[in-house]
Amino acid sequence: MNPSDLRFAKTHEWIAADGTVGLSDHAQHEITDVVFVELPKAGRSVKAGEGASVVESVKAAFDVYAPVAGQVAAVNPEVVANPALVNQSPYDKGWLFRLKPADPAEWDGLMTYERYQEFVKTAEPH
Amino acid sequence: MNKTPFNEFHKRGGGRLIDFGGWQMPVQFAGILVEHRAVRERAGLFDISHMGQVSVTGPRAAEFLQAVTTNDVAKLAPGRGQYSLLCRETGGVVDDLYVYELGPEKFFLIVNASRRGADLPWLKGRLPGGAEIVEHSEAAGLALQGPDSGKIALEFFPGADGLEKNRILECSWQGAKILAARTGYTGEDGFEIFGDAAALKSLYPRLQAAGAVPCGLGARDTLRLEMGYRLYGNDLDEGHSALEAGLGWVVKFDKGEFVGRAALLGEKERGPARRMIGFKLEEKGVPRHGHEVLFGGKTVGIVTSGTFSPSLQVGLGLAYVDNALVPKDAREGLAIRIHDRIVRAAIQAPPFYKKPAQILTSPVPERGHTRSHP
Repeated sequence: MNPSDLRFAKTHEWIAADGTVGLSDHAQHEITDVVFVELPKAGRSVKAGEGASVVESVKAAFDVYAPVAGQVAAVNPEVVANPALVNQSPYDKGWLFRLKPADPAEWDGLMTYERYQEFVKTAEPH
Repeated sequence: MNKTPFNEFHKRGGGRLIDFGGWQMPVQFAGILVEHRAVRERAGLFDISHMGQVSVTGPRAAEFLQAVTTNDVAKLAPGRGQYSLLCRETGGVVDDLYVYELGPEKFFLIVNASRRGADLPWLKGRLPGGAEIVEHSEAAGLALQGPDSGKIALEFFPGADGLEKNRILECSWQGAKILAARTGYTGEDGFEIFGDAAALKSLYPRLQAAGAVPCGLGARDTLRLEMGYRLYGNDLDEGHSALEAGLGWVVKFDKGEFVGRAALLGEKERGPARRMIGFKLEEKGVPRHGHEVLFGGKTVGIVTSGTFSPSLQVGLGLAYVDNALVPKDAREGLAIRIHDRIVRAAIQAPPFYKKPAQILTSPVPERGHTRSHP
């Protein structure tokens, strides 16, 4: 996926127009080698900003928050089997889960890639 | 924040620097997993200049060390080292350290970075006349670790490959006298090199060019934990005794009086209230410092160190558990609370990692514990 087509949360998740969620390249770089991914159950409803998944590196655990409210429609089984995909392919094979957004307008309220890049220049590490 | 003599090297080498016990240290360079693997398969290079280097000299130096450390200093001889502890009168651990005998009336200690401030006053407060303590606060330290270490060291220090495990050798590098010990904190063959900062700064790039991969504290932690080596501040502290920490093998009651002896002896007779166990997860997950340990559904202890083992591809760690609640022979039925999940675990005595086909460089591995500290 081209990051320019995505929207970004301040907590470093990206979300595509179809509701697919993953971690930004900046976030995966900060987290370093991902060794474990815990995904939400399909069907679970999440609020915007609610912890939906946990990504762990050798060093530490990181919460992944739902960028918008919605229901978990699908999860990526490949990233569970091969957590390094989060590092190797953050915008494609390393996607985590797909949300069915409760309110499609929420997507527009998130940062564009351009704004997100400015944001990470000044923000604290993930 | 304190900086080691290698600080500029770390920055130039792309090291990600963090604060570790008041020292700016690299947590990783290329990545924890590749560095870990380099040490298990070839050779890695660690900056250990943050660790305290202390000389104890004088006619009463041996007697002094015998009285303040738990291991038996009389078992040392010039050129030999031993893992040991400083304990409080209560038996709680002040620090874990390495004690080397360099020569007659001349000893050399390596103590934890985070305990330098505590150890020196503690030692000086018990110092008799006839013994002197000097901390070499400007000195540098490097650890060359991995199966290729012997070959690499030989290029720079003639005779280094003949140095046996736990032994220390005074050698010369570009005119400076330095110390090379066959010790480490990774479970691999290797050397810890101590001495003048300028000399070691000229050695660092040469070791790197010879194949040693710069490694950070992240890999140092995963490597030591695969061996079950304790880390002061995580697994050891003044609130847990040497016996609870499972370090009774370096507490020598028969050597005579030493600080903490009475308390430790009483505890040994009563049986310690807690014990340190090694555990391995039976499901996916990464245990961390502070996670609860459950047995039969009840909270029985706390994880002190945990990680994902790069060599074994499993979550593992060390924990203190209540002896009254976890039977000595228990192996199954343990669980770790990781975030909101209860993850099954099995008790397993470290080392977790064993070399596939071990080629011993020393004829007699001394209890398998060669270690110093992060």
